[in-house]
Amino acid sequence: MVVQVDGPPPGAVRTRSRRPEREHRLARLDVRYSPYLYVTPFFLLFAIFGLYPLAYTFWVSLHDWDLLGVDPAFVGAQNYTQLLADADFWNSVVNTLGIFVLSTVPQLLAALWLANLLNRRLRARTTWRMAVLVPNVTSTAAVAIVFAVLFGREFGMINWLLDLVGVDAIDWKANRFAAWTAISAMVDWRWTGYNALIFLAAMQAIPRDLYESASIDGAGRARQFWSITVPLLKPTIIFAVIISTIGGLQLFTEPRLFNSGTNAIRGGPLRESQTMTMYMFENAFAPHYNFGYGSAVAWLLFALIAVVAAINVLILRRLGGGARKGDR
Amino acid sequence: MGVFTRRRLAAIALVATTALLTTTACGGDDEAADGGPVTLTVDVFGQFGYEKLYRQYEADHPGIKIVERGTGGNLDEYSPKLTQWLAAGKGAGDVVAIEEGLLVEYKANPQNFVNLLDHGAADLKGNFLEWKWNGGLTADGKQLIGLGTDVGGMAICYRKDLFAAAGLPTDREAVSKLWPTWQDYVRVGEQFKARNTGAAFLDAATNTFNTILLQTAGNTTGYSYYDTADKLVVDSNPAVRQAYDTTVDIIDSGLSGRYGAWSEEWVSAFKQAKFATIACPAWMTGVIEGNAGPDAKGKWDIAQVPGSGGNWGGSYLAVPKQSRHQAEAIELAKFLTSAKGQIGAFQEKGPLPSSPQALDDPAVVGSTNAYFSDAPVGKIFAAGAKSLKPVYMGPKNQAVRTEVENAVRTVELGQRNPAQGWTDATTNARKAAAK
Repeated sequence: MVVQVDGPPPGAVRTRSRRPEREHRLARLDVRYSPYLYVTPFFLLFAIFGLYPLAYTFWVSLHDWDLLGVDPAFVGAQNYTQLLADADFWNSVVNTLGIFVLSTVPQLLAALWLANLLNRRLRARTTWRMAVLVPNVTSTAAVAIVFAVLFGREFGMINWLLDLVGVDAIDWKANRFAAWTAISAMVDWRWTGYNALIFLAAMQAIPRDLYESASIDGAGRARQFWSITVPLLKPTIIFAVIISTIGGLQLFTEPRLFNSGTNAIRGGPLRESQTMTMYMFENAFAPHYNFGYGSAVAWLLFALIAVVAAINVLILRRLGGGARKGDR
Repeated sequence: MGVFTRRRLAAIALVATTALLTTTACGGDDEAADGGPVTLTVDVFGQFGYEKLYRQYEADHPGIKIVERGTGGNLDEYSPKLTQWLAAGKGAGDVVAIEEGLLVEYKANPQNFVNLLDHGAADLKGNFLEWKWNGGLTADGKQLIGLGTDVGGMAICYRKDLFAAAGLPTDREAVSKLWPTWQDYVRVGEQFKARNTGAAFLDAATNTFNTILLQTAGNTTGYSYYDTADKLVVDSNPAVRQAYDTTVDIIDSGLSGRYGAWSEEWVSAFKQAKFATIACPAWMTGVIEGNAGPDAKGKWDIAQVPGSGGNWGGSYLAVPKQSRHQAEAIELAKFLTSAKGQIGAFQEKGPLPSSPQALDDPAVVGSTNAYFSDAPVGKIFAAGAKSLKPVYMGPKNQAVRTEVENAVRTVELGQRNPAQGWTDATTNARKAAAK
């Protein structure tokens, strides 16, 4: 960017280097093509590490491909038709969407509330603001292992607390809704602070005079929050929703480490918390080693993310228009 | 900034990109193929007890350095990793350990491994129990993929303090006499339970199920989920049904602590003395010692398994074709699986030898295990090992076993009744076998 701004305009280059014709031509080529050269590294890397695996996965998904086998047979769409009739696959889709909703909704509401608190005049404000980001800095694996222990059936702290108030112990790993809740708690623990900071940044861009005139009109804190802050935050909220969608639909580490022991990849005895990425792993690697089938799962996951993202964009279009007038 | 600077920038960008691409493309190359010292990588899981043997081998073979990866790791994590390395054609060690359950799948694609018969391994046949040797051969008998390391054997490990609390005998001879059959085992469990010690009688129904199945199959049909023609027989093999029914008895009597095998809770349950008995192949003694910790030393002992005999687990060493030091790797694998190597490993971490010479060796026969109240492990395990009846395993054994054991688990947790559990086991096994 700096180069572009500081460099002489194209006209200047031409007049200065008219005499040596060769240099002139080179300079023109330079001006015309070097920007492409600068952006090439990204596209090269993307092609190698993004596009190529994507296409190759699709190619694999059209085969009966044993991970260790030789000469995989081309089977066309057979993996896909089989997958669409596979109850375990749909179970993993339901789990993924369930955990996604159960984690994202409270997470964004809590983040909004936290951001609102942090936006007030507090003592040691920076400390608080940094503190909410700490869970995000911890490693996912560490968080998952600690939570898996907290949500243990017999030796877990949550069940101990429940016992104190007279609630029976819950088998968190063998009860679908309980497993979803526990995994959502992990996700929320990690991401609420992060979203709160994003909301906070957006809140600080809201002009103060809006609040001042609202208080003159007699609006209280709550009224100001719902009628000024939230509407003006809409674009940011949509952004947070999209980021959470991408992360939520690819959820793997938390549910995988929540289930320990043999066949943890199944996500519980009745696959209570097996997400789509876990199902993909179970098929492509241990114990099935069916690379073609696993690749088909990967592509359907891709399709699902595309669909959910498209829905997000539609919502963004509908809601974003009103918000933009006021703010951006 | 002028034109030259920009051109230089472009050049730098280009160089940087090229450098980045070449380093990523060629990353992972190690030392030159020949000339300098050779480093051999050995991939294992759990506890193989090879540390001293490596040092000895290095001393006898100057110019060879041995690095081991994966000690203490979980088989469930090791197997997919090894499969990925083999599929990628890169990353696997020069010598790799393969558990018998996974070996059957690798045998279907023998092109990934060096044929040890081409390297003089045929002469070693007498060094192994016959069935262990045959286990390393492909179906047509033309390729030898792996040389046997250990066999499982079978016993029951129990906590003496919990037995005493329940008013049961604690002496290993007396305990063995309590349960000649699995029905007796269930009856002892009911007595134990009636005394309310606060602990369960056994850890997990799946472990006991697998033990009963392998024992029953070994004593009757000689195969478990697949028959020797590789046909899936989960619903027609009486051994499977019998093991399932006995396990349901155990579950119905409320004897299981329902700790999912190898889960965090299972490990915690060892530490907190939450169950009194566990199905115990020779390699399990190392697992118990690791999980229960030094505080429980002398509180555990080993008794005979109900029924008779049985084998659970055991591994092989193989040399992947992708190894760049095949000749050296083959020599090392031969050394580690020799009678001498197996005795060394047994003394270190307790895996039971698969070599008859090693099983007869005084160092094995006379050995005791201090952690298990000086139990004569040599006598308990080695005596039965030579008369072990092997169980044949079919191509998708691992995936099928996963489904059946999971069905047992759902019954154990009360999510399914025994009839539903059996239906799940058979239908899901069929589905897994077809994948």
